Amino acid sequence: MDKSTFETKPIIKGPMHSSLKHDSAHKHVTGSAEYIDDIPEPSGTLHGGLGLSDRAHAEIVSVDLSAVKAAPGVVWVMTAADIPGFNDVASTGQHDEPLLATTKVEFHRQPIFAVIAETRDQARRAATLARIEYRDLPHWTDIDGARENGAPLVVEPMVLKRGEPETEIENSPLRVQAHMYIGGQEHFYLESHIALAIPGEDEDITVWSSTQHPSEVQHMVAHVLGIANNAVTVMTRRMGGGFGGKETQGNHFACLASVAAKKLKRAVKFRPDRDEDMAVTGKRHDFRVDYDVAFDEEGHIHAVDVTYAARCGFSADLSGPVTDRALFHADSSYYYPHVRLASQPLKTHTVSNTAFRGFGGPQGMLGAERIIEEIAYATGKDPLEIRKLNFYGKRGSERTVTPYHQEVEDNIIAKVVEELEASSDYQARRQAIIDFNADSPVIRKGIALTPVKFGISFTMTAYNQAGALVHIYNDGSIHLNHGGTEMGQGLYIKVAQVVADTFQVDIDRVKITATTTGKVPNTSATAASSGSDLNGMAAYDACRQIKERLIDFATRQWKVGRDKIEFLPNRVRIGSEIVPFDTFVRAAYYDRVQLSAAGFYKTPKIHWDRKAGRGRPFYYFAYGAAVSEVAIDTLTGEYLVERTDILHDVGKSLNPAIDIGQIEGGFVQGLGWLTTEELWWDAKGRLRTHAPSTYKIPLASDRPKIFNVKLAEWSENAEPTIGRSKAVGEPPFMLAISVFEAISMAVASVAEYRVCPRLDAPATPERVLMAVERLKSIG
Amino acid sequence: MQSPNQLEISRRDLLISSTATVAVTGVAADGAAAQSAGKIMDHTTKVSFTVNGERRDLDLDNRTTLLDALREHLHLTGTKKGCDHGQCGACTVIIDGRRINACLTLAVMHEGDQITTIEGLGEPGNLHPMQAAFIKHDGFQCGYCTPGQICSSVAVLEEIKANIPSHVTGDLTRQAHVTPAEIRERMSGNICRCGAYSNILDAITEVAGTRA
Repeated sequence: MDKSTFETKPIIKGPMHSSLKHDSAHKHVTGSAEYIDDIPEPSGTLHGGLGLSDRAHAEIVSVDLSAVKAAPGVVWVMTAADIPGFNDVASTGQHDEPLLATTKVEFHRQPIFAVIAETRDQARRAATLARIEYRDLPHWTDIDGARENGAPLVVEPMVLKRGEPETEIENSPLRVQAHMYIGGQEHFYLESHIALAIPGEDEDITVWSSTQHPSEVQHMVAHVLGIANNAVTVMTRRMGGGFGGKETQGNHFACLASVAAKKLKRAVKFRPDRDEDMAVTGKRHDFRVDYDVAFDEEGHIHAVDVTYAARCGFSADLSGPVTDRALFHADSSYYYPHVRLASQPLKTHTVSNTAFRGFGGPQGMLGAERIIEEIAYATGKDPLEIRKLNFYGKRGSERTVTPYHQEVEDNIIAKVVEELEASSDYQARRQAIIDFNADSPVIRKGIALTPVKFGISFTMTAYNQAGALVHIYNDGSIHLNHGGTEMGQGLYIKVAQVVADTFQVDIDRVKITATTTGKVPNTSATAASSGSDLNGMAAYDACRQIKERLIDFATRQWKVGRDKIEFLPNRVRIGSEIVPFDTFVRAAYYDRVQLSAAGFYKTPKIHWDRKAGRGRPFYYFAYGAAVSEVAIDTLTGEYLVERTDILHDVGKSLNPAIDIGQIEGGFVQGLGWLTTEELWWDAKGRLRTHAPSTYKIPLASDRPKIFNVKLAEWSENAEPTIGRSKAVGEPPFMLAISVFEAISMAVASVAEYRVCPRLDAPATPERVLMAVERLKSIG
Repeated sequence: MQSPNQLEISRRDLLISSTATVAVTGVAADGAAAQSAGKIMDHTTKVSFTVNGERRDLDLDNRTTLLDALREHLHLTGTKKGCDHGQCGACTVIIDGRRINACLTLAVMHEGDQITTIEGLGEPGNLHPMQAAFIKHDGFQCGYCTPGQICSSVAVLEEIKANIPSHVTGDLTRQAHVTPAEIRERMSGNICRCGAYSNILDAITEVAGTRA
């Protein structure tokens, strides 16, 4: 029997593969779900405010904090000199990111000092009173500026190469060389960053942090305080959204609060204002993609050479793995016979960019889809036709090897696309749109079907491990803890379903508890879509251990063979006897059976040699496809998404309702990234889009008017993951590329589809209008 | 009890009176310079209003927003602070039947008002139909915008019933109706970054349907 797939018994409440509501649903609708700012504050809690740089790049000549210290309510003003351990919160160990700036600042709004006051308002008002003298240094904020100034790279770049791209690219019938700009994205988690640090005895400190990575916050707090990890406990019950923005960016607030809390022996809370949060925390990387593609008249790709340059900000943060993942997805779903891909992670004088759902993958994939568009417009064909020509082949064909030399073994993209093409009536609608455009002077329509293939696993192999802690108390109630964090994605309920299913008890019996470094140590970030894969398996392992002990106990006590013991819904059959689960547990307790276990899991098969550009970085791939139809106004550049159809692969879904929500939400977030969300820095290096008043994320009215989302229900993960499910967090984000390309087609119509519109992202109405004008002048 | 005449005070009137209040406070306090010089601000006002059916008496700094009064003074933390600028809708509460961004209004302006927050709409075991519908349709992911979405959507249906037009209302001379376009437009002041819009719209549509 395949041990990785559990037999589902629908009699219990909340087995795997059932559409259970979110564990906090009843709390979310009544306002009783506690986020960190809602937790009753310990008496005497103080509040932090940030003293921020007013320059993009400058030496700090002098700092006068006297007015800050004299301001009402101020208890303490903290500078780098007050940090007892290391003034360093660089998450990847590069020592390039100070907690507080000392002699120079490298982006506008970099923290220089922190104010601790009786109220948040007092702290924030006082923080504006510093007198800081700067000596300006040259700054650049974008990729072109970085290149012109010979900017350094924040990490070692990566190159992936297969075949003979240098010669093949010269020998093909057709060739296109061009570039595209891809904008970044603000996470805009509705709950901004927050940390509440509560000092304990000796060196102890407890920190409530809105973080996707409690273990890293623990390590950072210890590093900054100069104490051992074991003195720091970090807790996270839930976040009001994360999306990658809370993978490393919570470190700052947790560390500042912790230093102040230990110094002042009072609880300290840091909660930046929305504008501050947007200015001082990293975002999705902007890219410039320079591509050189060789192909034939049919549209077959012969060779590809692409450089992905990224705006990384002033420090490395996660820019290395983010730009790596861009290259890992620069093939999208396509086989490149000869390929060279290079990253260029550039230093800029902007906030250090970080993880964001997709982690470079969306930018990589968008570059690949642009190449498909170029070929389609050059050959006069439907981009979908070019896609199909270039898809990876089935296992055993000559067309299965990626640019990183991993074989695509589980390819289902052709089937997904074929089903969606039929169910969405793509061909007829495309023809109708072409006919409509021919007679429509102002409004033009476009339609595009784009695929998604997304590699699952952290590319840093060590992160692919997880732990869980499961207790059964002697009344039969179950306590569940694991290293994953809940940010709305439904991880907690999915893992609880695994536990309920394994013991065959109703899910109400399983208590989901806040993530804490005190229960499960050395955890990985809840990121890379891996939360359910890793923590679900770790929880399963813990349950399995306890179950083994319970079965041993039953064989001893009832003197029956193991095969005579079966866990039925909320009861256990032992020989001919049926024993309720809680009675059975109590009996085991009296027989001194250990009813607690720590589970562990590490993803098998994966390995990666970055220098060589070879290995198997991904355990498996998740697939999907979307077809979107848009209408644009060629006089204003405004557009509407008329309809989107999605078919997405989540393997055998652990919770279809949660997964559908992730797919819809991911798509909508991707839609924002590619259409309305524009980050804009001025000549002085100041981010001018630092609130929802100037930065537009999708609203209810932006959702496609018709929105059909389906799971590929026939799919099962080819690898033995938990319940044969697949990761769902990031892959659907890239389904929104269909909207971007549909807009592109609508634009192309003004030049009779003969010219690739080369839209840059985000396709704001301004950009669409400019593209229309440009094509009109060509066409 | 004050009669909740829905159209008596428009948003514009509220903004005008809010500006006036701020200006007066600013003059009296001699601006921020006075504060930086260490002078203690003492400009508080007593205010009484009803929150979720219970009369509350507060003595507040005039500059305290209704949102901070609810969260920091009354510890009603169901109402969330998202942007503090009136742009995200997470702080939406219902005052005398109309929705309002609690971060954009000063608490002292609500003397005698009837305020309903998410905690007052319903509770487990006795949910408001809109709360029940949000659960049924998974109208949330992280849940942070949810109290605002629910308060907003309850008021939206009342607005349509009261024939208050929106940007997409086609004919101002006839009774407004609940349509998908109306709901989408009227809910566009409540941001959901998780993108749970489809389920939110389903929940509202269901409640609207059962009421009609």
